[in-house]
Amino acid sequence: MNFSEVFKQTNQLCKVSPDGKYLATCVQYRLVVRDVSTLQILQLYTCLDQVSHMEWSSDSLFILCAMYNRGLVQVWSLEQPDWHCKIDEGSIGLVSSRWSPDGRHILNTTEFHLRVTVWSLCTKAVSYIKYPKACQKGIDFSRDGRYMALAERRDCKDYVCVFVCDDWHLLRHFETETQDLAGLEWSPNGCVLAVWDSCLEYKVLLYSLDGRLLSTYSAYEWSLGVKSVSWSPSSQFLAIGSYDEKVRILNHITWKKITQFEHPAIIDNTKATVYKEAEKRPGVGSDEMPLHNITMGATLFNTQSKYEICPLPVQIPVVKPDPDRASPKIGISVLAFSSDSRYLATKNDNMATAVWVWDMQKMSLEAVLEQTSAVRCFQWDPLRPRLALCAGNTKLYLWSPGGCVSVQVPTEGGFQVQSLNWHCSGDSLILLGKEQLCLCYMDTDQEDNCSPDKNM
Amino acid sequence: MGEWWTTETSMENYEISSISHVTMSPSRRNNLVSMYSFPLSKSSYSVISAFCTEDNIPQCISYINQELASLGLSSTCIEAISPGDTGLSTVPALNAMYELLQIHRRSMCNLEELEREQLRKSSTLEHIQMSNTRLKDQLELSIREKSGLHETERQLQLKIKTLQSCLKTEKDEVQKLQSVIASRASQYSHDAKRKEREAVKLKERLSQLLIDRKDKKLAIDVLNCLGRADGKRRHWKTTKATSSHEDEMYKSLLSDYEASQRSLMLENAELKKVLQQMKKEMMHILSPRQPSTRGATADDSQEQADLDGEAKGGDASRESLDQYCEHAREQLTNSIRQQWRKLRNHVERLDSQASQAQNQLESNKEVIPRETHEDEMERMRCEVQQCREFIHAQQQLLQQQLNTSFDDETAALLNDCYTLEEKERLKEEWRLFEEQKRNFERERKNFTEAAIRLGREKKAFEEDRASWLKNQFLNMTPFTHRRRYSSSDGQSALSIRSEPEIRMSSVKSQLAKSSTYTTFSTPRPSQSAPVPSTTELYRTLRLIPDSSSSRHSNRGRWPECSNIEDGETLVRPKNRLRSGGMSIFSLGEDENSFT
Repeated sequence: MNFSEVFKQTNQLCKVSPDGKYLATCVQYRLVVRDVSTLQILQLYTCLDQVSHMEWSSDSLFILCAMYNRGLVQVWSLEQPDWHCKIDEGSIGLVSSRWSPDGRHILNTTEFHLRVTVWSLCTKAVSYIKYPKACQKGIDFSRDGRYMALAERRDCKDYVCVFVCDDWHLLRHFETETQDLAGLEWSPNGCVLAVWDSCLEYKVLLYSLDGRLLSTYSAYEWSLGVKSVSWSPSSQFLAIGSYDEKVRILNHITWKKITQFEHPAIIDNTKATVYKEAEKRPGVGSDEMPLHNITMGATLFNTQSKYEICPLPVQIPVVKPDPDRASPKIGISVLAFSSDSRYLATKNDNMATAVWVWDMQKMSLEAVLEQTSAVRCFQWDPLRPRLALCAGNTKLYLWSPGGCVSVQVPTEGGFQVQSLNWHCSGDSLILLGKEQLCLCYMDTDQEDNCSPDKNM
Repeated sequence: MGEWWTTETSMENYEISSISHVTMSPSRRNNLVSMYSFPLSKSSYSVISAFCTEDNIPQCISYINQELASLGLSSTCIEAISPGDTGLSTVPALNAMYELLQIHRRSMCNLEELEREQLRKSSTLEHIQMSNTRLKDQLELSIREKSGLHETERQLQLKIKTLQSCLKTEKDEVQKLQSVIASRASQYSHDAKRKEREAVKLKERLSQLLIDRKDKKLAIDVLNCLGRADGKRRHWKTTKATSSHEDEMYKSLLSDYEASQRSLMLENAELKKVLQQMKKEMMHILSPRQPSTRGATADDSQEQADLDGEAKGGDASRESLDQYCEHAREQLTNSIRQQWRKLRNHVERLDSQASQAQNQLESNKEVIPRETHEDEMERMRCEVQQCREFIHAQQQLLQQQLNTSFDDETAALLNDCYTLEEKERLKEEWRLFEEQKRNFERERKNFTEAAIRLGREKKAFEEDRASWLKNQFLNMTPFTHRRRYSSSDGQSALSIRSEPEIRMSSVKSQLAKSSTYTTFSTPRPSQSAPVPSTTELYRTLRLIPDSSSSRHSNRGRWPECSNIEDGETLVRPKNRLRSGGMSIFSLGEDENSFT
């Protein structure tokens, strides 16, 4: 496992182009595009203000930089560096900007969710979509980029609009049976739209592309409900994480619950492996260490850690949430299926240090990674069943069915990994610190890099 | 409460007294009698003058008569000898006295008895009183308890009442709260809606204003327009386009459904295949066991028939799957359900059997499946039966062979071939017999030798005797005295010659007797009886060669003796041989016991 040198970035704006060739980072008001393989700067663009949001177009030819506080969007072309495009939303403000899947339209959501403006880069045409709903996830494009679903609120009722992205033709417009729609998500095959209600009511609705209600699922009543929803890449499962610390898996045929994964504080499932991160401070008494410390001053305060397999049962530290505060820190907030739909990784908010990995074939708990600090982010390798996670410290953690490894990021200045992104090839990882970024290259032979630290 | 209690006790006392009265009454009568008797006895001694004086004798007599009459002694009447005289006629007076004495004694007896009874009664009274007090205590205690319980009950009831009221209030509260919540919720939703409407209105207004203001900033500034990503030109929005969108949507939906249906079909087919295979295997497993494991009950057999029918149906259904999908599915599921039921029953039965077997074979750790066990048992039984038949047939054949006139040799041969041990034993015996024979032979030889010697001795004796008679005859001659000496010498010479031999032989005989006696069943020489000369002779004859033989044939006979005397090590094989003749299996046991 190799690490690149550290680069600067702001707002954690760092994205690899969809074709995997370029790496775009924003430093203040500058946009830097590098070659991923060489890390040489290919282009450098200067925006009008500090960039709040940056996004690659689907064809990797354009980069969108949004400056929300100025209501501005600037688009840069990689092929034609002198080409420029500036979209000004004016005094109406801007809260969100995104590419349409074709890479030729930009959808801007104005302040107060007054409307969604669709700007065409081909014709300079502008069109508005009124009454977008301000919610957790109000817009979703289907995986093939053909359709867009948009949550809408009119007359205190929730609606869903399905647009054809090709010409922004409104294909379907239907009312949903929700009290307060919180989000919607297309199934990866683009034929089913999952719609869920706000946390006040546990309700998940499944609509066909043509607007027919396929099924309604509600696990319980009178308690805080859905917190997160995720489709498996195979569209076979719909995982619903809720405030009752459970994940419920619906199947794609009957849309009934197959199973539910509980997140108990005491793990006594003998089939599961519990990896506990054990920190190990460098020995003070040893003769070699002072020298080492002098040479590598940064590591003086860093602790080494490794995973240990805990004998069951294991008690996971639980933080009891304050019941008086809104949106309590409890329940399943993050759900992620591995690329082969074989594994599901979850995180329960009141057990912030643990990541749970479930085997979707056996429908059982596969592993639990108990970290020493709260898990910030985790992401599956886009090609392999390999989970990378970070916990806001100087280490990178990797889980695979074969074992678990903790890697110290060998950079100076206390690079603390706040977030991470896989390169689409799965060969490298982009690690994002507060102001920095660093690339981590996986060895192509996975066994080699895992064996020294593996605790199996 | 205290007051009430005292009254109670007084009442009790009253009752006790009344009881004592009742019990005392017989004794009082006794007292009365004694009171009567007391003055009488008193009068007879000291206060005699007070009752009867010289003057009032007749009155006294009449009084006493009256009294006697009142006592029921009217027959005897004391009367004066003559009126006016002081003397009494003795007979009636004595009679009366006797009667009185009798009465007195009886009454005394009575009294004693009554006293005893009284004592008894008093003791029972005491006992009763004690028990009474105890019971009273108990009563008091229970009353107190009762009152306590009453009190607690009262309290509990009070509590219940309060709790009920509490519950009621709580319920009311809950209801109230629920209504409050509901009202709040409705209020909230109403407010939310109102707010939302307002917000919508505001947004409308804002957007209107923004549009009205002709916001110049709202613009797109593109250097030059881009081509579409797919390189096509932009379509016009037409009905055709919309319909094409619809078409596309439905197409994609359709393709998705088709794909899902295909995958489902595949899955279904796979599952069906698995089911069919499972069914086949299940049938294969279940069917042959039917008759053996359980007596095929009507139900089972019917099920079996159903199963077969279903199997056929299932096979048929697979062939005509496309046409009769619904029907086939129903059939398949039905059959599988039935089979499952069967399998479950079977498994349950197996389970129960296993548990039974486990109970049975608690000590034996290994558990053999009952089926195999039974099969094995059956097989073994068959084998045993076969073996028995075989043996029987062999025995019959042997019998026939023996019966149908084979000569003795063959029979012996047959007998011989029974057991090697037998043969060995016989050989041994034969050897012994041979040895004995040889001994006898030797003895006979000795005997003849001895007879010859005896003959010679007899001749010598005769000669001696003749010489002695001659001497005797010569002693009658005048040289008797001289001759006597010589004759005595001759006698001594004779004795010297003959006696030691006899003595020696007798000693030897006694020595040898102990050894030879038991080994050979030679006729026992009777020692106590007056010895006939022939038997004596026989004995001596026999013993001389015997002793010599014992000296000579140490090798031949002594081993036998030493066998017996020396120890068990050598005896044992013999025993074993003998026992071996009886049974083969006891040999092992013998060995075990010996070692």
